[in-house]
Amino acid sequence: MLRNRVIPIVLLDGYSVVKTIQFDIRRNLGNPIVVSRIYESRNVDELILLDIDASRENRSIDLHTVEAVSCECFMPLTIGGGLKTCQDIENALKAGADKVSLNSIIFENPYFLKEAVSVFGSQCIVASIDIKKDNSGEYVLFSNSGKDIKFSLEECLSLLIDSKVGEVLLNNVDLDGMMTGYDLDLIKYVSSRVNTPVIAAGGASKPEDCVKAVKAGASAVAVASIFHFTSITPRICKEAMANAGIPTRI
Amino acid sequence: MITVIDLKIGNINSVSRALKYIGIEHILSSNPVDIDKAEKLIFPGVGSFAEAMKRMRNQGLDSALKQAVLSRKVPILGICLGMQLFASIGEEGGKTEGLDFIKARVAYHRASGLGFRLPHIGWNEVEHNDLEIFDSVPEKSCFYFVHSYEFIPEEQIETGHTNYGVDFVSFVKKNNIIGTQFHLEKSQGVGLKVLSNFCEDKF
Repeated sequence: MLRNRVIPIVLLDGYSVVKTIQFDIRRNLGNPIVVSRIYESRNVDELILLDIDASRENRSIDLHTVEAVSCECFMPLTIGGGLKTCQDIENALKAGADKVSLNSIIFENPYFLKEAVSVFGSQCIVASIDIKKDNSGEYVLFSNSGKDIKFSLEECLSLLIDSKVGEVLLNNVDLDGMMTGYDLDLIKYVSSRVNTPVIAAGGASKPEDCVKAVKAGASAVAVASIFHFTSITPRICKEAMANAGIPTRI
Repeated sequence: MITVIDLKIGNINSVSRALKYIGIEHILSSNPVDIDKAEKLIFPGVGSFAEAMKRMRNQGLDSALKQAVLSRKVPILGICLGMQLFASIGEEGGKTEGLDFIKARVAYHRASGLGFRLPHIGWNEVEHNDLEIFDSVPEKSCFYFVHSYEFIPEEQIETGHTNYGVDFVSFVKKNNIIGTQFHLEKSQGVGLKVLSNFCEDKF
């Protein structure tokens, strides 16, 4: 049986690991290679490495860092941050990425997803979407690089389905770093709309949150803050999931 | 010397890094000359079946591979798309003839018709029936998968299985030809173990 994954997310500001709260306030957490090495020694299911400043600063994630991480980590690696062309993706793959996470480019050039899928295959392309609630409580897409997004959530999901992306990384910006639990309604909605695996991100506060996210429809849970700031490890999350009858790899 | 076949699509370097980590000398090449000289071949791959066959034909790699694997009986290990290309025919990206090392076809995974999400991404168990290449790897160990198509053999060969909606073939062995649907280079300890077993002639 396929196991539900627990995936640590490592955010970079170019060179250092950071953790944000609601995509804003930051704490610096040091060297990404050291952080990744710890996750490797813990046999985590997968690792996501995202440079959250790359698009805004008009550059791509630093490939030397990616390469250094991939030389020591023999687990699947998803890389994101400022990837906007097939050449960018190819470079990321060469540096050791297995999958790439695309975000800003989805809205700058909606045709690009299809192109990337045709060259690299669905399994390589992860669409990362950031969502928050507007004043009226409706879900809207959020751009971390400060651009205006003209798509509704519904239109965006149709685009992802048409483009045949392999996975959706679903992030609730309001809950980022808040450690108050995932947005279960959002997970339910998106995972019922798309036919690909959904990775839920934003808000995990305790292992039980991972259980709830999977029961809401997530194939995998992405976690950052509780691994950085508390004594909870990926294994503890997986044990809680296993106790709730969810298949995990321990 | 081991030659790792490089079609210049996808993440080939991961296999190379894994081999380096376990101390196995190898070269990366897409030159038919290096295939003619190889004592062992590793054929990793991600991307689409049709695109990969097109690139092989353009470079004369398909005939070099047939010569090495079928005439010289050079051991070959195909990983993911690498294994799928051993089939007679692939359906990804339009019906395409494969290398035809094993009578088989590669079709969209049957799990799709059963309400399962595709691609099949993540860790899943492999029933490997204690075949020699899995020496020191416990039965039903989890390996990392990422694929939407499955390999359906149409002749009697040794196989291993994995369940995703249906039992599908995740490992094949026919004489000197070995294939894994799962990514050995991304499956941590158990993956590296199978890779080193292949390099040490345990198969």
